[in-house]
Amino acid sequence: MKGTNLGEFEELVLLTIAALGREAYSVAICDELERYTGRSAKLGVVHAVLNRLEEKGLAKSQLGDASATRGGKRKRYYEVSHAGKVALTRAKELRESIWRNIPGFNLEGSL
Amino acid sequence: MKKPSQNPQPPQWATRFLRWYCRPRLLEDLEGDLYEYFLRNVRDKGARRARFIYMIDVFKFLRPYTLRKIEFITFLTHFMMIGSYLKTSRRSLVRNKLFSFINIIGLAVSMSVGLLVISIVNDLRSYDDFHEKKDRMYRVITRHEGAGQSPMNLASTSVRIGQRLKENVPGVEDFTLIRTGFSGDAQIGKNTFPLEAVWADRSFFKVFTFPLVAGDPRTALKEPFSLVITEKTAERLFGKSNPLGQTVRFDTLDYQVTGVAKEAPALSHLHFDALISFASADATMGKKDNWFYAWNSVWSNYVYLTIPKGGSPANVQRALDRINAEENKGVEHLKVNVSLQPMKEIALGKDLSNNIGPETEPVTLWILGGLALVIILSACFNYTNLSVARSLRRSREVGVRKIIGAHRSHVLGQFMAESVMIAFLALLFSFGLYLWLRKEFFALDPHIAKIFTLELSFRSVLYFIALAAFTGLLAGFLPAVFFSKINAMSVMKDAGGLKIFRHIGLRKALIVVQYTLSLIFIATTAVGYSQYKGFLNFDLGFNTENILNIKLRGADATVLRDELAAIPEVKQLSRSSMVTSVGSMFGDHTKYLPGDSALVWMNAVDEHYLPIHQHQLLAGTNFTTRPEKGKETEVIVNQQLLKRFNIADRDPRKALGKILTVGKQKLTIVGVLKDFHYGTMENKIEPVMFRYSGSEPWGYLNLQIASNDLTATMEKIADAWKRFDKVHPLKATFYDDQIEEAYSQFSVMVKAIGLLAFLAICIASLGLFGMVVFTTETKLKEISIRKVLGASEPGLVYLLCRGFLTLLGIAALIALPATYFLFDKLLLTRFVYHQPIGLPELLGGALLVMLLAVVMIGSQTAKAARSNPAKVLKSE
Repeated sequence: MKGTNLGEFEELVLLTIAALGREAYSVAICDELERYTGRSAKLGVVHAVLNRLEEKGLAKSQLGDASATRGGKRKRYYEVSHAGKVALTRAKELRESIWRNIPGFNLEGSL
Repeated sequence: MKKPSQNPQPPQWATRFLRWYCRPRLLEDLEGDLYEYFLRNVRDKGARRARFIYMIDVFKFLRPYTLRKIEFITFLTHFMMIGSYLKTSRRSLVRNKLFSFINIIGLAVSMSVGLLVISIVNDLRSYDDFHEKKDRMYRVITRHEGAGQSPMNLASTSVRIGQRLKENVPGVEDFTLIRTGFSGDAQIGKNTFPLEAVWADRSFFKVFTFPLVAGDPRTALKEPFSLVITEKTAERLFGKSNPLGQTVRFDTLDYQVTGVAKEAPALSHLHFDALISFASADATMGKKDNWFYAWNSVWSNYVYLTIPKGGSPANVQRALDRINAEENKGVEHLKVNVSLQPMKEIALGKDLSNNIGPETEPVTLWILGGLALVIILSACFNYTNLSVARSLRRSREVGVRKIIGAHRSHVLGQFMAESVMIAFLALLFSFGLYLWLRKEFFALDPHIAKIFTLELSFRSVLYFIALAAFTGLLAGFLPAVFFSKINAMSVMKDAGGLKIFRHIGLRKALIVVQYTLSLIFIATTAVGYSQYKGFLNFDLGFNTENILNIKLRGADATVLRDELAAIPEVKQLSRSSMVTSVGSMFGDHTKYLPGDSALVWMNAVDEHYLPIHQHQLLAGTNFTTRPEKGKETEVIVNQQLLKRFNIADRDPRKALGKILTVGKQKLTIVGVLKDFHYGTMENKIEPVMFRYSGSEPWGYLNLQIASNDLTATMEKIADAWKRFDKVHPLKATFYDDQIEEAYSQFSVMVKAIGLLAFLAICIASLGLFGMVVFTTETKLKEISIRKVLGASEPGLVYLLCRGFLTLLGIAALIALPATYFLFDKLLLTRFVYHQPIGLPELLGGALLVMLLAVVMIGSQTAKAARSNPAKVLKSE
C-alpha cells in the first residue's frame, strides 16, 4: 500500500497542519513542529514532505495574499484533505489497537 | 532607496539561480519562505551570516522535485525556427559584407592555428597506436642514483633485469630485450654498405606488432648471428634478389638474413633499419665482458613487456621492487631502481635520458594550446566587438521576434546558432589556411617531418568540427546575451534609445587586450631574432670563418689529408677530436696539487689547429713535439684553468713549465690561451685544455678554405673523399653552419612565434579596422555638423583618432615592459652570455604595428572628415 501509507514524520507534519488551522504555511509549520518536538525542523525537510503529502493527495494547498514581510511573495497555505483526515484517523486507530493489546505490567517491567 | 546596511538583502545571484532552476509552481512561496528565514537570520545572526545561510539554502533546495522540467516546447520552437534563423543570419551576413569578411577571415586565421595544434596533439597521442597490445604494453625504465651524483631518470635499463624477468615474474605475459648502438659495414659479396641496427631478442615480434613480409616471427631472432632487415634495407643491400637466407658479413662475422620486416609506421617511437638477434650480442660482448650483464650497466638496453588481459601493472611493479632490493645489495655507492612506464606515455610523457624517438612533455602541449587559444580569443573579441557595436541594426529584428513571442532563450539560441554557423563557414577557409600552415610548419626544421605526419584522421576531423563549434559559442556568447536582454517595447518605440555606446568600456578593454598580445608577440619575435643573430655572430675568441670540418669514420686519415692538402684552395689543414662551441663536451679529471681534482674540458688537436682557428696565445708556444698517442707530455691551457687551480697566481708567463696530472699522465704546460667559448652560450667559460694528437680516426679534419668557386672546390674535396672511403658518404660542414645548427632550436622558436605574431597582428588589425569604420559611420552626422560649424579637417581627424590612439598607447605601455621582463627574467636566464636587449628591437615591431593602425585609422577618419557635410545632412 505504498502511496497512501503515512510515514512518521509525514504524520507529524499532517497533524501540525491540522493543528494550525487556517495559518498553516511552511514557516509556521516548521516553528510549530519545533515547539512540539523540541528538535529543530529544517525548512528543506518540511518543504519536501509538504510537497510529497500534496502529491499523495493527503494535503491541499493554495496561495494566500501577498505580504511585505516576505519581500512581496505570497504564502502557500496547506490544509488536510479528506484523504488526509482518513489516513490520520486510521493511523491513530492502528496505534490505539496495538496499545490496547499491551498488558500494563509489560511496559512497567522494563523501566 | 534605502541603504543596504539598514536593509540587508539576500545575495541577488543566489535568488536568480533559484529562479532559474526552480519549478514555477513552487517558486513564489519558496522564495518567500527563504526570504522570511533570511530576515530572521539577519535579526539573530547578522547580515553576513544570514546571506551565507541563504546561499547554502538555495543550493540545498536543488532537488529533483524542485527542478524545472525541461520545456520541450521551447526546444521544439528552436527546431522549427532554425530555417528562419538561417535566413536572417544569411541576410545580415550579405548586407554587411565588410563586417562579415572581417569576422570570417579573422576566425578562419585563428582557427587554422588551432587546427595545427590539434593535429600536433593528435599525432603525439596516436604514437604507437598500431601495436595490438598497446594498452597492456609497458617499458621498464630506470632511476640511477649514484652517491654524490644527481639522480638520473633513464629510458634504458640493464640486461640483468631481462634475465630476472625470465625467472617467471608473476603478472608478466611476455617481455623483450633490445639494445641500441650496432653500427658496422655490411659486406655482401664485393659491396660494402654502412648499416646501423638494433639488437632484439626472440620475443621481439610477440611484444611489438611489426609484421614480417618474409621469415617466421617466432624463430627469426632466435639463433645467434641472425639478421632481420626492413624492406627498404633489403632493397638497398640486395636489390631485387630474395634476401632470405643470404649472408651478410660484418668484420669477420657472418650473419644470416632470417626475416624481412615491414617499415615501422611513421608514428612509432621505435625505428630500425635492421634487427640483429640478441643472442649475437651475447656471443660477441656478453661472453667477454661481465659488465654487459651488470645490474648497473643501464645505458643502452631497453626492456618492453606486456601484461596479460585484465592483469595489473601494480603486481608487476611489486615484483620489480623486490628485484630492485635484491640486486641493489650487489652494487656499492649506487642505487638502481626500475619501474614501469605505459607504452602510451613514451612519446607524450616525462623527460627521460637515453630516450628512443621523440619525446614531448605535456606542458609543451599546454603552452601550444594556450598560444592557440590566445589567438582564437583575439578573433572572438573581434566578433564580439563588431556584433555588439552593430547591435543597432539588428535590435529591431530582435524586438519583432520578442513581440511575436520569442523567449529570451530563443533569442539567445538564435544568435549562438548564427555565430556557430559563421564559425563553420570560417572552418572551410581555415582548413585551406591550415594546409598552408602545415607546409610552413614542416619547413621550420627538417626534424619536424620525422616526428609528425599531421595526416587527417577521423578523430582529428572530429576535433576540428568541435573546435569550430567551440569557437562559435565563445564568439557568440556575449553578443547573444546582449541581444537577448533587449527590451522589445523600448526598441520598437525608439531604436535610438538603445544605448549602443553603453558597452564601450568592454569594447575598449577587448581592443587593448588584443593589441597588447599582438605587441608582445611581435616584440618577442624581434628581440628573439636579434638574440639569435647575436649567438651566431658572437665573438667566440677564435676564428670559425671559412673552416670546413670533415667527419672521419674510423680510418687513419693521413692519406686523405695529403690528398686534400694538394688542392690549391685548401690553405691549411688540422685535425681535432671534436668541434667546439656547438654543444658537445668532452672532459677529463685533472689535478695540479694533490687532492684537488676537477673536470677539465679538452680537445685533442695537432699542431696546425691553433693557427687555423686563430686562438690567441698569451704566453708560451704551440706544441713542439709530435709524440705518438698516449705518450704526449705537453698541454696548452686557457686562463680559466690557471684560475681554477690557482697556478702561478694566474700569471700566464709564470705558469709555463708547471705540470698537470691528467688521468695518470703528467703534462707540462707549454702555452696559455686567451679564454674562448668551448661550450655554447648556455655554458660559462670553464677550464679547457688542448692536448696533442697526431691521429684522430673518429675526429675531424679542419680545412681552411680560400676559394672563389666553392662548388668546384667542394667537388674536388668530395672526389678526394670518394677515393679514400668508398663506403661512407662525405660529411663536411662549414664551422659557421655547425654553429647555426647548434642554435637551430632557437631559430625554430623565433620563426614559430613570428608566425603567431603575424597572425595576431592580422586579426587585431582587422578588428580595429572594423571598429574604426563603424565609429566613423555612426559619427558621420556629428562630423558634418562640426564641419559646418567651422572645424578643420586635421582637427576632425585628430578628434576621431584620439580614442583609438590612446588605446594603442595603453597596449604598448603594457606589452613592451612585459616582453622585456619575459626575456630578462625568464628566457635569457638560460644563457650565460647574450646580447643586451636592445631598445630598437623592442620598439621597432611596436612602431610598425602602431604605424599600420594609424594608417588604417587615419585613412578612414580622413575619408569621413573630407565628406561633404551638405550631402550627409541633406539625406535626412
